[in-house]
Amino acid sequence: MNPPRAAFVDMPLGYTAGRPHEPEFQRDLLRKVFRAAENMDTPGTIFDLDVTWSDDPSWKNKATSGLNNGVNSAEGDSRLPRVNEPQYQFEEDRIAAEN
Amino acid sequence: MSETDPVDYIQRTREQYERLGYDDYRWAEKKEVPPWTPIKKPISELNVALVASGGAYTKGQIAFHWEDDTGIRLIPSTEPASDVRVTHFAYDLEPAREDPNIVFPTDRLHELVTEKTIGSLATNSVACMGGIYSTRRAEEELAPLILESISNMPGAPVDLVLLVPV
Repeated sequence: MNPPRAAFVDMPLGYTAGRPHEPEFQRDLLRKVFRAAENMDTPGTIFDLDVTWSDDPSWKNKATSGLNNGVNSAEGDSRLPRVNEPQYQFEEDRIAAEN
Repeated sequence: MSETDPVDYIQRTREQYERLGYDDYRWAEKKEVPPWTPIKKPISELNVALVASGGAYTKGQIAFHWEDDTGIRLIPSTEPASDVRVTHFAYDLEPAREDPNIVFPTDRLHELVTEKTIGSLATNSVACMGGIYSTRRAEEELAPLILESISNMPGAPVDLVLLVPV
């Protein structure tokens, strides 16, 4: 994609902006993002924020590809079928959207 | 490669696709130098817009489908993350459904405004479903919609876009 300013976080797929229910971890990640943006001067820079999922890197062994994240996803291709119908999180959402 | 290195997804994807008998994945590459707009104000004065590709929507909106859905949803930035739903086929939704801030960090951005790290959060956040396997359709359909939403943002003009991919 090659954006003008990029920040890298060493997080599993699905956890880009942090670990669930850890607001301070999430806030700190974002503070680092904006600080990095402020300090960049070269288009196409990718700045490593030095943020990682865990001190224990063993999740990376199971993250076999972009098809599963090594934390919650099973091995192999854990993508769901690419269906052409809207996929609601809650049934009440579907009802609200269709009325 | 040591365990502390980032996961080499490109290599692993190639290997896994081969093991599974899939055709090679062809990544889109942008080789040109990206356009550059200098940030002229301190970050603490910037109006920031959130653009996130994790498939977020709110109740009342039609959810994304999972076959190259190139649409967007505008989510008022006053809505708490607890009102945000996520739908996508290519990442585990359970953690994000427990705490949408991990792919749609709207509550955290509000807190950064309160603590004056950033100036303000734009009126709307822009959500899309990033699992689009047609580069052409992403460029020709989705990208212009995102650009238009940012350019035409109600309220103060957007100074900086935070793109949160999944």
